[in-house]
Amino acid sequence: MRQYLAFFRMRLLAGLQYRAAALAGMSTQLVWGTMEILLYRAFWLSDPDSFPMGMEALSAYIWLQQAFLAFFAMWYWEMDLVEAVKNGSVAYELTRPTDLYTMWMARSLALRLSRAALRAVPILLVGILVPAPYGLRLRISPSVFLAFLAAMALMLVVVCAYTLLIYALSFFLTDANGIMVLSVAAAELLGGAVVPLPFLPEGLRQLAQLSPFGAMQNIPLRIFGGDIPRESIPAALGLQLFWAVVLIAAGALLTRGGLRRAVILGG
Amino acid sequence: MIEMKEISKTYRVRRREAGLGSALKRMVSGGWDAVPALQCLSFTIPDGQMVGYIGPNGAGKSTTIKILSGILRPDSGSCIVDDLVPWEDRKAHVARLGVVFGQRSQLWWDVPVMDSYRLLRDIYRVPEERFRENLDRLTELLDLEDLLRTPARMLSLGQRMRCEVAAALLHSPKVLFLDEPTIGLDAVSKLKVRDFIREENRTRGTTVILTTHDMQDVEALCSRVLLIGKGQLLLDGTTEEIRAMAGENLSTEESVADLYRRFGI
Repeated sequence: MRQYLAFFRMRLLAGLQYRAAALAGMSTQLVWGTMEILLYRAFWLSDPDSFPMGMEALSAYIWLQQAFLAFFAMWYWEMDLVEAVKNGSVAYELTRPTDLYTMWMARSLALRLSRAALRAVPILLVGILVPAPYGLRLRISPSVFLAFLAAMALMLVVVCAYTLLIYALSFFLTDANGIMVLSVAAAELLGGAVVPLPFLPEGLRQLAQLSPFGAMQNIPLRIFGGDIPRESIPAALGLQLFWAVVLIAAGALLTRGGLRRAVILGG
Repeated sequence: MIEMKEISKTYRVRRREAGLGSALKRMVSGGWDAVPALQCLSFTIPDGQMVGYIGPNGAGKSTTIKILSGILRPDSGSCIVDDLVPWEDRKAHVARLGVVFGQRSQLWWDVPVMDSYRLLRDIYRVPEERFRENLDRLTELLDLEDLLRTPARMLSLGQRMRCEVAAALLHSPKVLFLDEPTIGLDAVSKLKVRDFIREENRTRGTTVILTTHDMQDVEALCSRVLLIGKGQLLLDGTTEEIRAMAGENLSTEESVADLYRRFGI
């Protein structure tokens, strides 16, 4: 365990030093969040009854989404890992007495945590200062807040496990770029990044909610805003747990298989 | 003790002629060629020996190192390093192993070298006291003092290689694989790295396998030379023997080139 904590700490250290990127990301997300809220506000004012979510729940969704973008964004690939498989540096990782998949997981979790750590607080503060119903409302019961934290943790594992599955696939492909682009598109639409899932048409919405992408930001963000009713929370957490287990098992198996047939070419 | 017995490994390579026509043809047909990298390779290296492992490009040197490091599994044959089969017991095996791949880096690019070393300390579970001791010794011998606080990306090639060699030794490995460790180094750095490896072997009895194209490395360090070509062991002897086999008055470099020609590799 200590070994993997070390990877975690290292990635965190490395991630914390990109201050300019954090600043740029933060301002982008502030502007983006504001614009999104203005956009939804226009729709909402024109016909509040046909809105599938409350405006307050939606505002909470958007502010949290922007603050913790580093947790959710499927396009935050850890290119080091993909490159390592592609150019053979993974050879060094294999000469370490560690399990490759667990090490990757520790690194991926730390990468997203370090990126979020530098960005989240200022955005949350701004969100809290914005007046209702367009701000981040903090009136939330302790039990729902705990459920939100659990859902955030599970979501982070699901996102990382999904990306690791793709990294493992790159053992079998000459170039993993195609499948990465596809994954980003699927996660943006089915995960609730483009619009929250309640806004999707019937049919597609159910499909999205059951897919692994629906077990990502969709659940914690809607729990926080109260859009997932209290009695449905256990089922939602169960779905996240299910996808976490399935994706980890698949990724670990694929990594093992990939290593068995891995050929590190050249010099 | 390293024991390789009748190890064979064949790669599959996708080959085609250049040009659009053959590219289109290969989209439908497979076109995999089998390229034998190692053919029934056997050798034994006792503890504490320094061995130069030489051969022309594509002879199978790196393949051997990868098999010995447990990264690659051979198609057939057996290999035992200190009672362990590298690719079966990878984790236990690599814990006693230090590896330097001259063409790749094990340091984290954007953080100071010392952070990478701390990570290695935790990965190999090196006790703090021994880590300090090793680090102090490495810092002094390889002249790392100012480099430790520098991010790896800001080091020159020679400085980085010294840091790489040190990184491979922080956990006092019993066996050291060096794959072209002096590639691109200036004369001073080269001598430093060589002196250091010799010292490591003398004081700690570390077994060293050195793959290189630099015959001076081999002459300076190795008591024994294994010559490999086309995946087969062609010669097992000392540098003197290699020189004796070739013509009079040739440098080691020239005698090796002469040998390559003579074996037709």
